[in-house]
Amino acid sequence: MLQLVLFNLTNGLIVGAFYVLMALGLSLIINLSNVVNFAHGNFLAIGGYLAFTLTPYLGFWGALLVSPFLTAIFGYIIEKLLIRHVYARNHIYSLLLTFGLGFILQDACRFIWGPSPLPLGIPDILSLPITADLFFITWYRVFMVVVVIVAVAGLFAFLRYTRVGMRIRAGTLDLDTVSALGVNVAALRSYNFAVGSFLAGLAGVLAAGQIGLNPNMGDDLIMPSFIAIIVGGVGSLTGTLLGGLLIGVASALTTVVYPAGAEAVIYIIMALVLLIRPRGLLGEEGMLT
Amino acid sequence: MSTPLATAPSPAARPWRQLLIIWALLLTVPLWLPLLGGYTAMAGRVLVFALAAMSFNMLLGFTGVMSFGHAAYFGLGAYGAGLCLKFVAASTPLAMLAGTLLGGIAGTLFGLLLVRRRGVYFAMVTIAFGQVCFYIAYKWDDLTGGYDGLRGFARAPIDLGFATLDIANNGTLFYFFILLVFGLAVGLQALVLGSPFGRTLLAIRENERRARFLGLPVERHIWLSFSISCFFTALAGSLYALLNNFADPLGLNYIMSGNIVMITVMGGMRTFWGPLVGAVLFVMLQDYVSSMTTNWMFFVGMTFVLVVLFFPRGLMGMLKRKAEA
Repeated sequence: MLQLVLFNLTNGLIVGAFYVLMALGLSLIINLSNVVNFAHGNFLAIGGYLAFTLTPYLGFWGALLVSPFLTAIFGYIIEKLLIRHVYARNHIYSLLLTFGLGFILQDACRFIWGPSPLPLGIPDILSLPITADLFFITWYRVFMVVVVIVAVAGLFAFLRYTRVGMRIRAGTLDLDTVSALGVNVAALRSYNFAVGSFLAGLAGVLAAGQIGLNPNMGDDLIMPSFIAIIVGGVGSLTGTLLGGLLIGVASALTTVVYPAGAEAVIYIIMALVLLIRPRGLLGEEGMLT
Repeated sequence: MSTPLATAPSPAARPWRQLLIIWALLLTVPLWLPLLGGYTAMAGRVLVFALAAMSFNMLLGFTGVMSFGHAAYFGLGAYGAGLCLKFVAASTPLAMLAGTLLGGIAGTLFGLLLVRRRGVYFAMVTIAFGQVCFYIAYKWDDLTGGYDGLRGFARAPIDLGFATLDIANNGTLFYFFILLVFGLAVGLQALVLGSPFGRTLLAIRENERRARFLGLPVERHIWLSFSISCFFTALAGSLYALLNNFADPLGLNYIMSGNIVMITVMGGMRTFWGPLVGAVLFVMLQDYVSSMTTNWMFFVGMTFVLVVLFFPRGLMGMLKRKAEA
């Protein structure tokens, strides 16, 4: 029983870590640009597939380093080409646009890399279990959690200490003032979108090492990421972080007692939060609109 | 100063002409559609999607609130009708009532949790609620047939007492039945939108803060609008189940929600009849895409992107603008 709980708890942490990576990227883009990126899961898939293509040349470690940056550049280009045209319009257009973009990217992955699942080779040392008792915890799982922690810490440091990061935070609070102070808001939004894509790409590489690649690998992650944002609270990245971990762990622990309810519990948490605390766990009241 | 007023056609004249053209076309579908290579069931599909999108548009176009989860209510309507036909009684009107109530009540309850949210967050929560319904239909195999969908029911002929409408076997008659329901529903929608309540929704769309200053209970109005929209959408869903004799879990999925939004935008979201035109385009597109075995996603996605970038007003919106210019 203890092993079962432990197994599901670690599972939950890892799944939660993925939700966090996805949701933080989504949340960044929503906060600054008011765009819900439906195609975020497809950016994840692209990150994974790019790593697959790069691995023969750079090895797993090189691919892990390079692929998220390429995904970020790809996101930057997409933002410049498509997304920025809808900022000034009704939100419905950004939803439709990224929704259509998701379809296109998914089919593009299928076209380029083929429809059948592909494996991403990871170094042998990472596929070993950490001890004989805890055979279900491979070093890769530990590694994933460590990478996510480093990435999240890096993101928060980036937002706090770099000029672009500070401007992103300021823009989240009051974009008009930031613009009036002479900051190029259009460029800021592009960088911000690239940062969000970077996180998706990183999540893609990590996920590919664990579950392999397929063109719609991001689809299962997008909905929980939405919920992580709603639960955590609008406009709060720390909230998103908490929300992602919370629903990941909660759904994994539900698996122990009632496997069929694993998915449902995520939605129940969301409904409860909306009912009891509509602005989310750490959301600010003014951020509701 | 008075010249533009004098030259513009009187506002009342154009809607009547528009109405006349639309209804003349709809009533004569069985005559001209086969000549164009279509079939009557296709026209039924147009009407069902049009009703769903017009119901959705009460919310998007006329209240200014966007839901991206209307597939849930559409799908619940379909499952409600299907389950009622399969397990309760072989009665078409009862099935429609059951579907409409199931979807409508679910929407009304979800609406309570939604109304304090705005903008993209409103949309996100509606998507999430939509997925709840999808998962329930997907997982509850015993009742809903799970992934395979709900089968084993068929629409029943309607007994009027003095005559029996054999909508089960007569496709043309069934089309006119859908048209009748469609006509009644959109007539009711026009009444709601034309009422003081409907005008208040417009006021909320245009300037929510000002509406609030005027003392309007904005939340309650949005909730009501959402609820009404869900009831009508569920009605469309129940017709869809009757049309196919099948309820599909994918009809509850957010992709279906995207389709409803797409139909509305393609036709023109600020116009009453826009979604009907959008539904015509959508069904034609669907018919074309279903013949593609690969790359249909690319094609559909491209359509979405191109419409958003180059035709955001939709067909009716463009016509309306041209007429006003």
